[in-house]
Amino acid sequence: MHKTPLLDQLESGPWPSFVKDLKRVAARKPQTADLLGVLERSYKDKITHWKHGGIVGVLGYGSGIIGRYTDLPDEFPGVEHFHTIRVNHPSAWMYTTKALRELCDIWDEHGSSVLNMHGSTGDIIFLGTRTEELEPCFAKLTAKGWDLGGSGSAFRSPSCCVGPARCEWAMYDTLEACYELTQEFQFDLHRPSYPYKYKLKLSGCPNDCVAAVARADCSVIGVWKDDIRIDQSAVQAYAGGELKPRGGATKWDKLDIQKDVVELCPTQCMSWDGKTLKINNRECNHCMHCINLMPQALRPGTERGAAFLLGSHAPILEGAQMSWVIVPFFEMEKPFDYLKELMTNIAEWWSEHGKNRERVGELILRLGMRSLLEAIGVEPAPQQVRIPRANPFFFWHQSDFDAEAKGRRYDTRQGFVR
Amino acid sequence: MALPKEELVEYIYKMVEAAAGKKQLKAKDIEKAVLKEHPDQNKNDIKFAIKELIDGGRCVYTYFGGSFIEIPRVEGAAKH
Ligand code: HEM
Ligand code: HEM
Ligand code: SF4
Ligand code: SF4
Repeated sequence: MHKTPLLDQLESGPWPSFVKDLKRVAARKPQTADLLGVLERSYKDKITHWKHGGIVGVLGYGSGIIGRYTDLPDEFPGVEHFHTIRVNHPSAWMYTTKALRELCDIWDEHGSSVLNMHGSTGDIIFLGTRTEELEPCFAKLTAKGWDLGGSGSAFRSPSCCVGPARCEWAMYDTLEACYELTQEFQFDLHRPSYPYKYKLKLSGCPNDCVAAVARADCSVIGVWKDDIRIDQSAVQAYAGGELKPRGGATKWDKLDIQKDVVELCPTQCMSWDGKTLKINNRECNHCMHCINLMPQALRPGTERGAAFLLGSHAPILEGAQMSWVIVPFFEMEKPFDYLKELMTNIAEWWSEHGKNRERVGELILRLGMRSLLEAIGVEPAPQQVRIPRANPFFFWHQSDFDAEAKGRRYDTRQGFVR
Repeated sequence: MALPKEELVEYIYKMVEAAAGKKQLKAKDIEKAVLKEHPDQNKNDIKFAIKELIDGGRCVYTYFGGSFIEIPRVEGAAKH
């Protein structure tokens, strides 16, 4: 084992340390011992000793393997090759313990034993193995029914929230949709043929637990079209403290309906006279705030489907972007034909016009929303306006945060109150 | 006129071979080049012709910033 005085310091803090974990593995895996060694060297030299990967691929796949090599192969032979394998995850990351053991056994045999549940793309990440181990590892995975995920300029492994499996808010079957779309785009998942990465994430409702709006080029977010259903007697029970706000997940024992619900509604479309709660549903933007606070009093409507958003990605050419609405509402019934067709048409337009390493959201900025909508045959709609109701001239000062901490409240209509 | 499937595969292989060392071709570049000479070629045929070259090991995917289709080389990245 290499001496690692700098890394050892990381074990002294109050939190569980990856150094401790890696040392445990390093005792039986020379590769992992060298992984610690090379990291210690980088701390000392203050530069990375990893080179960009060259190869990616096994048996006809262009995706799923991320090549990595160290520039100190003589000193740290265990990490001469240290490739990462992306294994496609099941919908909503639900495994049996047997499946997890299978994965760990394969990785113990063919790699460093270090893995990551899960990468931010969603995949199971196997961290570090040699080129000659890739094919045998891949063969063992596929024999057990696992497949590699996307990487490179490909369709990336889609992921979804837990949806109807465990959550009452799901407006459609996220698990089924995630699976169907993964099957539909197999070719593009494994054979990179786009200008850059292309991600899909599916959330069952506007709470957006997989953060689709910020992390996926294509974000599908469940939503209802009709009116929020209200049980006025349950509203009274929340006001009186018989029902606990947010299912007991807040420190308050009763709700101030006016202050906590009505005044915090972002579109100010609710009113409360002490007896009856009213919602102007035409103005509601489906943020879920009121519903999350009083789940037994308020329910989403019954006409359900999803909104399709496009464009988010981390800073590359134009700065970070969130997705914005392209199709405000569509049906989400199996086999999800509309969604498949929409995504195919978008990819076609983007592949035709996109530059190398230009994400689809950046292409919309360059060529304009009109060009996209014409190409994919979607009608313009007010919801496509990128930042409705936003005031771009609002600046926060430290004093505002301090006042907020002392209890001052902000009302979207009246500004600061109290 | 559209090429029959086998000829299409060879056509694309020659294109990749000719580009080797000069230009890295993406799947879309290949599709555009085929369609320029053979405008009635089915796009799906082109996709699957590329798949055949890759599955047979005559071409490989490479990645450097973007993903490309190239003739396999001796793995060089490990040593330089
Ligand atoms: C200077 C060197 C490196 C750079 C610039 C780099 C950059 C990146 C970037 C930009 C991504 C996102 C890729 C994508 O989703 O398209 C990524 C993903 C990843 N990288 Fe690196 N990387 C480097 C070194 C490494 C090394 C040495 C390892 C492992 C030993 C590694 C492991 C990973 C893994 C596991 C992911 C996937 C994570 C996920 O899907 O959430 N990287 N890297
Ligand atoms: C400790 C610091 C960092 C960590 C742990 C980290 C980790 C990651 C991971 C896990 C991803 C994959 C995200 C995904 O696939 O959803 C990613 C993506 C990426 N990272 Fe980082 N990163 C770090 C710093 C940086 C920095 C400093 C830059 C740029 C200067 C950068 C640029 C990127 C880019 C461009 C992507 C691809 C984003 C996309 O999906 O559009 N990262 N990073
Ligand atoms: S996004 Fe909505 S449906 Fe999905 S888990 Fe979260 S709250 Fe439930
Ligand atoms: S869902 Fe949001 S916008 Fe709609 S009424 Fe409730 S708080 Fe207001």
